[in-house]
Amino acid sequence: MKILTGNDLKSGAVTWWDGADWSLHIEQAADVGERGEEIAARENAARRVLAPYVIDGAQTPDGPRPAHIKDRIRALGPTVRLDLSLKPADPAAGNWVI
Amino acid sequence: MYQYDTYDQAMVDARVADFRDQVRRRLDGSMSEEQFRPLRLMNGLYLQLHAYMLRVAVPYGTLSGAQMHMLGDIADKYDRGYGHFTTRQNIQYNWIKLEDAGDILADLATVEMHAIQTSGNCIRNTTSDQYAGAIADEVVDPRPYAELIRQWSTFHPEFSFLPRKFKMAVIASDTDRAAMRLHDIGIQIVRNAAGELGAAFYVGGGMGRTPMIAPLINACVPLDQIIPYSEACLRVYNRHGRRDNKYKARIKILVHELGKDEYTRQVEAEFAHLLTQNIEPPLAELERIKLQFADPAFEGGISDTLDRSDPDFALWVDNNTHVHKQPGYRVVTISLKPVGGIPGDASADQMRLMAKLAKDYSFDELRVTHAQNIVLPHVQKAELYTLWQQLDAAGLGSANLDKIGDIIACPGLDYCSLANARSIPVAQKISERFAAREQQIGELKLKISGCINACGHHHAGHIGILGVDRKGVENYQLLLGGSEGADTSLGTITGPGFDEDGIVDAIDKATDVYLANKSGEERFLDTYRRIGMAPFKDAIYAKEPVNG
Repeated sequence: MKILTGNDLKSGAVTWWDGADWSLHIEQAADVGERGEEIAARENAARRVLAPYVIDGAQTPDGPRPAHIKDRIRALGPTVRLDLSLKPADPAAGNWVI
Repeated sequence: MYQYDTYDQAMVDARVADFRDQVRRRLDGSMSEEQFRPLRLMNGLYLQLHAYMLRVAVPYGTLSGAQMHMLGDIADKYDRGYGHFTTRQNIQYNWIKLEDAGDILADLATVEMHAIQTSGNCIRNTTSDQYAGAIADEVVDPRPYAELIRQWSTFHPEFSFLPRKFKMAVIASDTDRAAMRLHDIGIQIVRNAAGELGAAFYVGGGMGRTPMIAPLINACVPLDQIIPYSEACLRVYNRHGRRDNKYKARIKILVHELGKDEYTRQVEAEFAHLLTQNIEPPLAELERIKLQFADPAFEGGISDTLDRSDPDFALWVDNNTHVHKQPGYRVVTISLKPVGGIPGDASADQMRLMAKLAKDYSFDELRVTHAQNIVLPHVQKAELYTLWQQLDAAGLGSANLDKIGDIIACPGLDYCSLANARSIPVAQKISERFAAREQQIGELKLKISGCINACGHHHAGHIGILGVDRKGVENYQLLLGGSEGADTSLGTITGPGFDEDGIVDAIDKATDVYLANKSGEERFLDTYRRIGMAPFKDAIYAKEPVNG
């Protein structure tokens, strides 16, 4: 699958295109197919996202996951500070990153 | 230490107002990201993996207690309660919001700080010896000259768009604690045979993908001509630097391609021309700056003895304090490398505590070191035990300066958008693996970079580690034999790389080889230089015996 990601202009937070809007949660990422660049250009122009780009991903039983380690780390936060990740209560939060 | 005059403050305040307006225009859409990006970078604001990252300048690593306190407050107010001290003696915050950037810079300006020229192709924060002004083996305090360079290089119109970034370091001691020869320009203030002070210029050093040790191009530039000589070095670079190729754009490539002799010839010609232009800063300005670096009011006739009855304290004194030029005082290094911790990180509370301790025990002064630690430069021996107890209670009492656990590590793939592999988890594993043996191993400088840009100085580590991306998987190359001191050398790669656990095992084997071959008081580096790579390589890549 193809995933569209970027950062929020104001906060800089990592965001994922969910098919209609931007989400902080990778689990809500949509498969943008061949439309990634088109959506990115439109959203960038509207200042709803910063530095968007399309990545490879895979649908798993737990939801969409980026293919590359760099984007998996972006999805959850630093592997060395799980207290700062989006799922601090989940002890397995970092396991799928590496 | 240096305090802003009205010009300094007006310049910084004006920049805050400018940037606040630029952020407003970016957020309301009147400026595109393409237009805004170079402006935010000139104010130290990057976009990193998780958020905006702000890099704040700490000129030549010197801070007052009020400044360190403000750094802690900013961590709490605008970030997530911590900051990361860097190998450029700066601090970085990892979770900054663009809409807060103007307020942060305004807060910094209230304590004479800023983020100007902490990014971009300009002259970056000039670094120096963290022990400057506190030790006996320097010919003069190098900080007034670093401050002069700061004033000259800030907003210098000719050097705001260089072919690439440009880093300078100034030291005044034969013991190089600033990796001086691995800078674009390294300056060592020296005393010549006639007893006159001058500046030795080393030009064209650096790490990154093409590491080079800077050659000496002039052994003794008159001290009042440091600025025009630097200007000449920069002019030749600005004229001929490879703007066509980012990977060949640093001055080290120019010096290498032109040759040291031809580069020097052009610099000397430019220098001779500049001397006719009267661009040297007035001597009165240098004298004004020097006065602000006068020694604090040291007490004389105080006790020079120390109660070493607490063995943990004695260990810390032996590891983390250095002889001071004033009897009865020591230079204290606070390790930001607790066992299993993140090298260079400090919490907001720790920063505020260090600010208070500086005020209580060190004439309100601190230094950031390029090895990502903090120095209290002037502490009375009689106060050391009380100081250490407070540091230890706050997780700042590690007795490991220059030991294997005192690791330099870049933020790596956990934070940095340029990185190919994580640095911090490797540092944590090494720190934990060797904690019980680090005193036995002795001095061993270990440095980790998460990519070829070498922010973690891996080329200059007695043991260096370079993280690379091998088909989407982190892989770590091992280097041995680097050094950043007066005996600067570049490390050599041992061979094929390792995974995260394998690299720790490989270091284990390397230290075993060292301990088995160590002669007398040799450090790891000394033994490596004496016996060479082969015994290390044999042990590191030896196949495990197969049973049966």
